[in-house]
Amino acid sequence: MIHSTIGDFGHLFVIISFVASLISIFNFYKAETSQALDQKKSWLQNGRTSFIVHGIAVFGIVITLFTIIYNHYFEYFYAWSHSSTDLPTEYIISSFWEGQEGSFLLWLFWNVILGFIILATNKKWAPSVMMVFAIVQAFLASMILGVVIGDLKIGSSPFILLREAMDAPVFNLNPDYVPEDGTGLNPLLQNYWMVIHPPVLFLGYATTLIPFAYAIAGLWKKDVKGWVRPALPWALFSAAVLGLGILMGGYWAYETLNFGGYWNWDPVENASLVPWLVLIAGIHTMITYKKSETALKASIILVLSVFLMVLYATFMVRSGVLGESSVHSFTDLGLSGQLLLYLLFFLVISIVLCIVRWKHIPSTEKEVQTYSREFWIFMGATLLCLMAFQIIVPTSIPVYNSIIQSFGGISNLAPPVDQVEFYTKWQIWFAIGLAILSGTGQFFWWQKMERTKVKESLLYPILITLLLSAIVITTVRMTNIVYILVVISGIYTIVANGKILLSVLKSNYKLSGGAIAHIGIGMMLIGILFSSGYSSTVSLNNTGLLLTNSDEVEKDFNQTNLPLYINDPQNMGEYTLTYKGRFFESYEGGYVKASYLEDTKEPNTKIIKRSIQKTDETLEKGDTLNVYGENHYYKIDYLSVDGEKFSLFPRAQINPDMGGLIASPDIRRKWNKDLYVHVSSVPDPTQEIEWSDPKEMEVTFGEKFFLNDFVTVLEKVDRVDEVNGTQLAEGDLAVKAQIKIYGDGEDYILNPYYVIRESMAGRIPDENREIGVKVNIQSIHPESNSFTLSVRTTQKDYIIMKALDKPLINVLWIGTLVLMLGFSMAIFRRYSEFYKMRKKGME
Amino acid sequence: MKKSYIFGIIIIAAAIMMIVSTAGDASSYVSFKDAHDMALNGNNTKIHVVGELKKDNEGKVLGINTSQDKLSFTFIMVDENGKEQEVFYNEPMPADFTRSEQVVVIGSFKNESFVADKILMKCPSKYQEETVI
Repeated sequence: MIHSTIGDFGHLFVIISFVASLISIFNFYKAETSQALDQKKSWLQNGRTSFIVHGIAVFGIVITLFTIIYNHYFEYFYAWSHSSTDLPTEYIISSFWEGQEGSFLLWLFWNVILGFIILATNKKWAPSVMMVFAIVQAFLASMILGVVIGDLKIGSSPFILLREAMDAPVFNLNPDYVPEDGTGLNPLLQNYWMVIHPPVLFLGYATTLIPFAYAIAGLWKKDVKGWVRPALPWALFSAAVLGLGILMGGYWAYETLNFGGYWNWDPVENASLVPWLVLIAGIHTMITYKKSETALKASIILVLSVFLMVLYATFMVRSGVLGESSVHSFTDLGLSGQLLLYLLFFLVISIVLCIVRWKHIPSTEKEVQTYSREFWIFMGATLLCLMAFQIIVPTSIPVYNSIIQSFGGISNLAPPVDQVEFYTKWQIWFAIGLAILSGTGQFFWWQKMERTKVKESLLYPILITLLLSAIVITTVRMTNIVYILVVISGIYTIVANGKILLSVLKSNYKLSGGAIAHIGIGMMLIGILFSSGYSSTVSLNNTGLLLTNSDEVEKDFNQTNLPLYINDPQNMGEYTLTYKGRFFESYEGGYVKASYLEDTKEPNTKIIKRSIQKTDETLEKGDTLNVYGENHYYKIDYLSVDGEKFSLFPRAQINPDMGGLIASPDIRRKWNKDLYVHVSSVPDPTQEIEWSDPKEMEVTFGEKFFLNDFVTVLEKVDRVDEVNGTQLAEGDLAVKAQIKIYGDGEDYILNPYYVIRESMAGRIPDENREIGVKVNIQSIHPESNSFTLSVRTTQKDYIIMKALDKPLINVLWIGTLVLMLGFSMAIFRRYSEFYKMRKKGME
Repeated sequence: MKKSYIFGIIIIAAAIMMIVSTAGDASSYVSFKDAHDMALNGNNTKIHVVGELKKDNEGKVLGINTSQDKLSFTFIMVDENGKEQEVFYNEPMPADFTRSEQVVVIGSFKNESFVADKILMKCPSKYQEETVI
């Protein structure tokens, strides 16, 4: 049955939200421009009402879409293409924002919440700021409008039915056809970070609108100074949330993807980092402005740029322009024109307003002194902007290509071959500069510095820094001069800000946010340096196997992957590794060996082939077991030289969305370093095994023989009354053989059957993929008490794995928490300033 | 001259350097023939080549050779001009490699062999491949 009503409601809500946002724009515009006070008031009231209607409609869309997904109404394209019945609830939530439409909706939703907060907390600024909000909402709502006028398509609705979206023949036969299951959520996204990372990131994006809206409002109202105070706490909040969102994405990548890190300089990652860097620069100039009335022009330009950069990022990620150059851009929905319009509209508004008001923005004519705080802050902000610039120029290469091509030209520009190396070679110097500036700048910030005093206050921090750095450099035996500089500057930031922190704490702890945030940055820098710069491949190949192709080039390479055959121990650094086989994770938790399970039609349901003893329960033969069928885990036992024992379960995921098998790491976490392990290649578990031609061998009880190089014994052959649960009829005969194979460290039992039914001989083979053996009882020779076995073999199970050491990565994670703490304290302080002023009726 | 002018000049200089460095480090999409010519002229810049795997009439992939330890492999790739070329890759063969529709190799020629540092694969996407029934 087609649930068409709910979709109609969804459409209706979308239209209401779009129309209400247009009405809001008009109302807020009138409220801002009306001269008479009572008129102003009633227009504002209208605007408030229409925005609330808009907000309720947005909530309506969200609830409707969620209901459709949650109830598995697969007649809807969105539910069908992003979810499936076997998804746990938390991943149903993440399937909500897997698609473009859902993520636009997330953005709309946050803007509504933020708009409500602005309406509730602000008086003087409400009409003009809310007008900007309403314009943004109108643009966003238009993205999910799904209206087609002639050839013009406006937006892509999440409420279209499958039969409208797809031209499948089944709908000609039965227009009411509803698929039984959806195509599911991309398994890579079935991760708890994907439940929390997108909403946080989009809250970050959404909040960049608030400082932007205040700046636009300030320019428009000719109050070019006043907007800074209410905008500053929001800018800080935005930086904290956006930063957190980006880092969560990085942490997800570290845990889930196999490139061995948290940051890959992928265009989509870069596009989120650039606005953040500019935002941080803007916050610094805003703080300077509040302290000494300088850098107002810079603040305006930076705050406007942040939101424009968010729009540019949105355009790049969603318009399809990135194409194959990014792993996580959205599929193209044909919205590029609309997205471009969205970007250009605000770009033009910003530029025009700046030009018109430029003369009215005060700027200081006097020369900035080297020993002033403004100088240091300004240097820092400039450096942050240069960082952003250096990232955005190469990231935009696909954009240049499409611009050239749209004018009929041909451009074959490709992104740099080694993106990590390319960006690092610039950014590492910026990082050193930033660390030095943020250490020194803080001293200038808190104290009036004279030429003579500088030496005095910086002496101890520098001495302590050099001492600590010397210890670090000698213990790690650092030789790379650039890395040494990073360590020194990172430690310097921590020490210098630590000293500031101590003195600020004595006077007023509320002011310590800045020092704490800078300490966090220093820690992150050191964490990044060690975990990336000193990340080493542990899995160097020392098996001594020669390569078959005697191509000359091959000898130049270091082998960084290690092949592991089942139960065959290998040495790797301080560890002895043994591959123990392929496993599934059950719904209840815990891993179950794949060779003990039999496949059913449902990928997530397996039948247990033999009883398995688990710690608290026994899984009986013949029972069904629910497992995450897309995820294959490869158990590797580790034994270190000092007797430490543990097992890691790196994963390979069958993921047609991402192009086949995707490996995810397993991580052994220690306080000082992570051991990061992933498989590089595994035999495809979904592919049919190619068995060798059968070989016959005659064996007797107790005789030892070799199967695929394993010592094997035919233990016994018993007469049985049933075969795989079916009772034998009278006159039929069945025997079951028990063949024991001595693997290294593990024994395997195979039970082939020989059945005589209605005087016909039947054979049921048994196989084990791990050891690559398939055995059949070919014939029975009662006279000699022997049996002829028919044996087929294949490659025994193996994996090829890679292991990396990630030293001091915890310093990075702790540093991010410290940074967030610093942000929170600064937000609290700046908001209370705004609050006090509002109480006085100033805002 | 005012200090801020000097400051401005330094920033502009830095920005120009970044653009120049981007232009210098940017790779390009070329054919095997061009890549080979580049290598002959002593230009070892790494480039992108777009193409497909060599297949027979039945769509079976031809010319894949895996090393004995499975840690590296070679394959035959046909670029957009139809030129066939053996490509060496010093990583284990990705499990779905033979299923890929389009392959982008990033690397350069060493003698007559193209050595790939990185392989990007475009696989038949779920949406194209799957119909409702």
